[in-house]
Amino acid sequence: MAQGIDPIHQFQLHDLAGPWNIAGHEISFTNSSLFMGIIVAVVTLFLLVSAARGALVPGRLQSIGELWYEFVHNMVKNVLGHEGKAFFPLVFTIFSFVLVANMLGMFPYFFTVTSHVVITATLAVFVVALVVVVGIAKHGLGWFKLFVPSGVPMVILPFISVIEIISFLSRPVSLGLRLFGNMLAGHIVLKVFAGFVVLLASMGLGGIIGAIAPLGMAVALTALEFLVAFLQAFVFAILTCVYLNDALHTHH
Amino acid sequence: MSQSTMVVAQATTTEAPAPAAAEEGAAPAGEAGHTTESTGAEGGHGGFPPMDAHSFPSQIFWLVIFFALLYLLMSKVALPRMAAVLEKRHKAIESDLSKASALKHETEAAIQHYEKSLSDARANAQGIATETRSRIAAEIEAERSALEKTLSAKLAEADSRISATKAKAMQDVHEVAAETAAEIVSELTGHKVSKEHAAKAIAGLKG
Repeated sequence: MAQGIDPIHQFQLHDLAGPWNIAGHEISFTNSSLFMGIIVAVVTLFLLVSAARGALVPGRLQSIGELWYEFVHNMVKNVLGHEGKAFFPLVFTIFSFVLVANMLGMFPYFFTVTSHVVITATLAVFVVALVVVVGIAKHGLGWFKLFVPSGVPMVILPFISVIEIISFLSRPVSLGLRLFGNMLAGHIVLKVFAGFVVLLASMGLGGIIGAIAPLGMAVALTALEFLVAFLQAFVFAILTCVYLNDALHTHH
Repeated sequence: MSQSTMVVAQATTTEAPAPAAAEEGAAPAGEAGHTTESTGAEGGHGGFPPMDAHSFPSQIFWLVIFFALLYLLMSKVALPRMAAVLEKRHKAIESDLSKASALKHETEAAIQHYEKSLSDARANAQGIATETRSRIAAEIEAERSALEKTLSAKLAEADSRISATKAKAMQDVHEVAAETAAEIVSELTGHKVSKEHAAKAIAGLKG
C-alpha cells in the first residue's frame, strides 16, 4: 500500500537485463531503456504505416502522420529558412522522441523517459554542442561574434559579452531542466492526488465522498498533463530550431 | 502562442532551485551514490531516482543508441516516404490545376471562335438583307415607272378622245341649234330658211 501511493516510486529504474559494464560504467538494460526502444518502435511504425498507402486523399491515420510531418516541417522552415532543411530530420527526431516519451508517460504503469534529468540534459547538451559545431563549421571563428553584438558602445561591450556568454551557457540548463521539471512535477502531482483518492477511499463512507475532490483534480490534471506533454515537446523542438538559427545566421 | 510562453516562463521560475540540486547529484558521482545509499530507506535503489547518478551511464548509453537509431530510421526511411507521399499529392494537384487552366483556355478560345462566327454570320445576313432590299426596291421602282408610263399614255389617249368627243358634240349642238332655229323661223314667219343660213346667223350671234 505504501509503495502503491509513493509518488516517487514511478521514477524507479530497475535492470531488465544485465548488469553489463563498459569501462567501469554500468550500462544495464533498464525499464528506461526499454521505453526508449518502445518510443523508437512507436514513432517508426506509426509513420511507416501512415505513409504506407500513400493515398492521394489521406485517411485518418495518414492525416495524423502528415500533420505530424508538416507541423515540424513548417516549424523548421519558419525558424531556420531554406538552409535549415538539413536539420529537419534531427528536429523531427527530437520532437518525436520527446513527444512520444511524454505521451507514453501518461499511461499508468508506464515509465516516463523524460522524467529523468540525465536524459533531458543529454539532449539539451547535444543540441547546444551541435549549435557550436555547426556555427564554427559554417562561419569559422567569426561565429564567436555572436557574443559581441554590433552597435554597442565600447565601454559596456565587455559586460554585454559576458552576459551573452552566460546566457548562451545557460541554454542547455534551461532547455534540459524545463522538460525534466515539467514531466517530473506533473507526474508527482498526479500521483499525489491519485494517492489521496486511494487513502481517503480506504477510510470508509465519508472518505469515499471526500475522495471526489482529489479525483476530480486528478482528472483535470491528466488533461493538463496531456497539454504539457505536447507543449514541452513543441517547446524543446522550437528552441532547438531557434538555437540552430544562431548557428546558421549570425546577424544578431 | 502566448499560452505556451506562459507555461515556459512558469516552468523556468518553478525550477529555479532545481539546477543546484542537479549539480549536487551530478558532479561528484561517487559521493552521490554514497549518500543515496546511506539515506536510501524508501526504495530499492535508494534516494530520488531521477537524481541518482548511479543510473546515468546506463541512461546516456541507451539514449545515444536509441536516439541514433530513431534518427537513422527517420532520416533514411520514414521521412523520405512521407515526403514522397506529400510530393506526389503536390504534383497531382499542380498537374490538375494546369490541366484545368488549359481546359479553361480552350473553352475561352472556343467561345471566342463561336462569337466571331456568330458576328460574321450576322454581318453576312445583314449584307444579304440590304442587297435584297435594294434589289427589290429597284424592281418596284422599275415596275412603277413602267406602269406610270402606260397609265399616262392611256390618260393622254383618253384626254384626246374626250376632247374629240366634246368637239363632235359641240358640232352636233350647232347643227341641232341651226335646225331648230330654221324650224322656229319657218314656223313663225312662214319663210323657208335654209339650214346653212341659220347656221350662219347663229355663228354671227356667237361672238
